[in-house]
Amino acid sequence: MEGRRAAELAARQSFGKLVAWLTARCGDVAAAEDALGDAFLAALRRWPSEGVPRAPEAWLLVVARRRLIDRARRDRTLEQLLPELDAAAPGMDPETSENAMEIPDERLRLLFLCAHPAIDPGLQAPLMLQTVLGLTAGRIAAAFLVAPATMGQRLVRAKAKIRDAGIPFVLPGAEALPARSAAVLQAIYAAYTSGWDGHGEAGRSQGLAQEAVLLARLCAALLPGEPEALGLLSLLLHCEARLGARRAADGSYVPLLEQDPALWDSGLIADAEAALTQASWAGRPGRFQLEAAIQSLHAHRAVSGRVDWPALLGLYDALLALAPSAGGRVSRIAVLAELAGPERALAELEALAAADQALQEHQPWWALRAHLLQRTGRAGAAQQAYRRAIALADDPAVRAFLRQRAGGQSA
Amino acid sequence: MQYAVLIYESEQDFADRPGLMPAYAAYSQALAEAGHMAGGEALQSPHTATTVRLRHGERQVQDGPFPDSKEQLGGFFLIDVPDLDAALTWAARCPAAERCAVEVRPVLAMAAS
Repeated sequence: MEGRRAAELAARQSFGKLVAWLTARCGDVAAAEDALGDAFLAALRRWPSEGVPRAPEAWLLVVARRRLIDRARRDRTLEQLLPELDAAAPGMDPETSENAMEIPDERLRLLFLCAHPAIDPGLQAPLMLQTVLGLTAGRIAAAFLVAPATMGQRLVRAKAKIRDAGIPFVLPGAEALPARSAAVLQAIYAAYTSGWDGHGEAGRSQGLAQEAVLLARLCAALLPGEPEALGLLSLLLHCEARLGARRAADGSYVPLLEQDPALWDSGLIADAEAALTQASWAGRPGRFQLEAAIQSLHAHRAVSGRVDWPALLGLYDALLALAPSAGGRVSRIAVLAELAGPERALAELEALAAADQALQEHQPWWALRAHLLQRTGRAGAAQQAYRRAIALADDPAVRAFLRQRAGGQSA
Repeated sequence: MQYAVLIYESEQDFADRPGLMPAYAAYSQALAEAGHMAGGEALQSPHTATTVRLRHGERQVQDGPFPDSKEQLGGFFLIDVPDLDAALTWAARCPAAERCAVEVRPVLAMAAS
């Protein structure tokens, strides 16, 4: 099963490269995907009997290009592309040479196309997963919790807009690059968290975490001048490294501070640390680098056996200055509790809620409040807060964990 | 590729038009000098609008614009630029962009005769 998954991920690398190459020459992602789909079908039909060509990617490209040319002859809207397609890579012959051609990697342009500001932000991650990795609309729909037909329709419409509105298949200029890169990274992050929201860990099987890590790796490789791309990769790898420690043998939830570092994947942590170090060379911190640094400090517990709380607080302050969020503020107060005690943290938690009414429905706010009240010995108030935190939790394992916490120490 | 830059204006924007004319004149000139101007018109204010429907062969005439919303179509530019990025760049320079909103729509290309 793992081997099949690996093969599948490898095939996805080819898919995106070929779609990008074809899109660069016909300006129509949907047409490029269709042509490539035909080419894959032809390969399934012919390779078993005729043997796998020496340069399989080039073979697919030649067939797909021919399909596009056939279609352009029939379809007047594509007709003006004929000269360009005819001229593209004239010497391609996958059968005669060992290394028929080096297919230029134009996937970065494809990533920027999918995260173009003229595309609905909610569709940017799904579009990326489909065009860069070749996932089906059904698979994407399951991860984003919408009906397959709905997702299919939205993707078709987004691709029609790319073609008809003339969204260019180019790399953004230096001036637009920071904002455009941020959009690409945000979409990849959204892909990573897909299927988690509302389903907790159980949603992971439906989520697209591995695919998102693949996109993050790709992005970090293709955007070497953007430290945030490495920061995002580092963050995702740190999260992936803890996959085996987040649940006890009986399936119950284990919070980060109680996880056994021996269960963390040290290989993934090493990769995550290497990415973050490389990012830091640029000297331009950003949201994802800071979030990765926070995870890196937690990961260091595997070596030191302790958590460096003052450093953690500093990182949260920096993160909140750069990218304020309710979740970040609550996490910062949890760190503060370790340094300044639960009373001080409770006071800050109150102040936070007074400034932001929406926190009344923020599950982590209630969970932290319950925990802190319990630590100060206010059992009654803690019970009430636990009830709210449990009611707002959407992961059954987290609910069970909080119930046990509430019951375990109040008796 | 041709794009329509549709200008949506509030009642206040319509009232403020005389003061905005120099900005629109400068914008038109910049478009023309860059070789992107393909046309455009300003419309009179929405109170001059009449909406017509033909239903079952019968003409229904109604006072007012369609749709009747807070912001109304006040005019448009037709611009000729290479792609949407260029169109958005020019749309952002339109004086209406910082007051109200402009919508960018590609023009449907008719088969060349």
